[in-house]
Amino acid sequence: MNIFDFFTQPANWVGSEGIPGAIGLHLMYSGISLLIALAIAVPLGVYVGYTGRGEAVVAGLANALRALPTLGLLILVVMILAPVFGSSLAFVLPTIVVLVLLAVPPILTGTYSGIQAADPDAVGAARGMGYTKAQILWHIQLPCALPLLLSGIRGATLQIVSTATVAAYVGLGGLGRFIIDGRAQGDYSKMAAGAILVALLALVLELAFIAIGRLVISPGLQRTTRRSRKTPAPPQPQPPAPAQVLASSAT
Amino acid sequence: MTIDWIFANIGRISELTASHIFLTLVPTLLGLIVALPLGWWAHRRRGAYPVIVGAAGLLYTIPSLALFVLLPQVLGTKILDPLNVVVALTVYTVALLVRVVADGLSSVPIETVQAATAMGYRGWQRLWLVELPVAVPVIASGMRVAVVANVSIVTMAALLGIPQLGSLFTQGFQLRLFVPIITGIVLCLVLAVLLDLLLVWLNRALTPWRQKTVTS
Repeated sequence: MNIFDFFTQPANWVGSEGIPGAIGLHLMYSGISLLIALAIAVPLGVYVGYTGRGEAVVAGLANALRALPTLGLLILVVMILAPVFGSSLAFVLPTIVVLVLLAVPPILTGTYSGIQAADPDAVGAARGMGYTKAQILWHIQLPCALPLLLSGIRGATLQIVSTATVAAYVGLGGLGRFIIDGRAQGDYSKMAAGAILVALLALVLELAFIAIGRLVISPGLQRTTRRSRKTPAPPQPQPPAPAQVLASSAT
Repeated sequence: MTIDWIFANIGRISELTASHIFLTLVPTLLGLIVALPLGWWAHRRRGAYPVIVGAAGLLYTIPSLALFVLLPQVLGTKILDPLNVVVALTVYTVALLVRVVADGLSSVPIETVQAATAMGYRGWQRLWLVELPVAVPVIASGMRVAVVANVSIVTMAALLGIPQLGSLFTQGFQLRLFVPIITGIVLCLVLAVLLDLLLVWLNRALTPWRQKTVTS
């Protein structure tokens, strides 16, 4: 039994059931969930970070959700919501609800803790220069929050991708299909193909986030700042910034 | 939807709980044992830190279901072998704790290390009797995250048919019964809280000198 058998058969590369189709579906469900989660969590996180209100509630919720078994939550929500939605979307919409639910806490935590962690001296300097509160938020606090915000989004993305895999069990399309169907059919090479593809997808996304972090985070905030301010910061190859590599959630 | 289901299946539920505890605790402990030397190495060698911590971060991103499926190929085990779950969770625990151990050891105040050196502690002795105990609170907080995550990750193995509390979720889904699912979720949460409290207690017990300070 060769685990690469599945990849070498041309039939597995075409159609919506094929490998590209499954990757596309997986990315689509993940992308939709991430966008919804961002739309909810970032404004809320800015509010919490800016006003300091509801911080304990948010932190508590985020912790509680980490202990909640995602598989149980997924099956429970699907079984509750499935009758509410129409037949064809019976499992898609409840699954997206769960993916959003799992993605909100890390983004929320990243946003508000990032805003709170903004250097008070920088904020004070901006105030002294006559920045309004909105300008301080937009030009100082948000850019300063970017490293933590981005690591929250990264954690949320990986959580979504891995939970979307598991959601194949309740009927969702995507790469998890290969694992669940392969298990049901006793086809190990199919399962392995699904597992390899999911693992690769997660790794590619992780590396993409590290690259995005390099691009968008102000050099002054990257923690490996050993360079002096006078050197015009040539694009130097650096080891992965440790602070960004491991923060949260994989399941 | 009746509570009677719980009483009728109390024997099976306790078996599943027992195997869940086993599948959570063994990898958490194994992970700590592996992470200690690796973390120490990352702490000692500046060049090794980004490599080890980076590799650990990448390992941690692999979804658990994928790891459960791929490990039989590496280990030569059957897909239903609980050993796959033990190894996968050990990998996750190591990935999480390596960095925690390295950062914990680096957080030991230099004065403390110097004082220990001045008192005659050397090498392993100093590491084992001074640096590691001082790093316990940091390591314990990492262990709390790891054990709570592991309780949740173990349930994924139900999709492959390895019995533990997650089996209650799949069973409930197949029978369209809410009671098994809710029972499973509640037991997982209780287990997570209890193991978390156990680590809080262990941390206190291992660091008696911190009694009055705020615990992390």
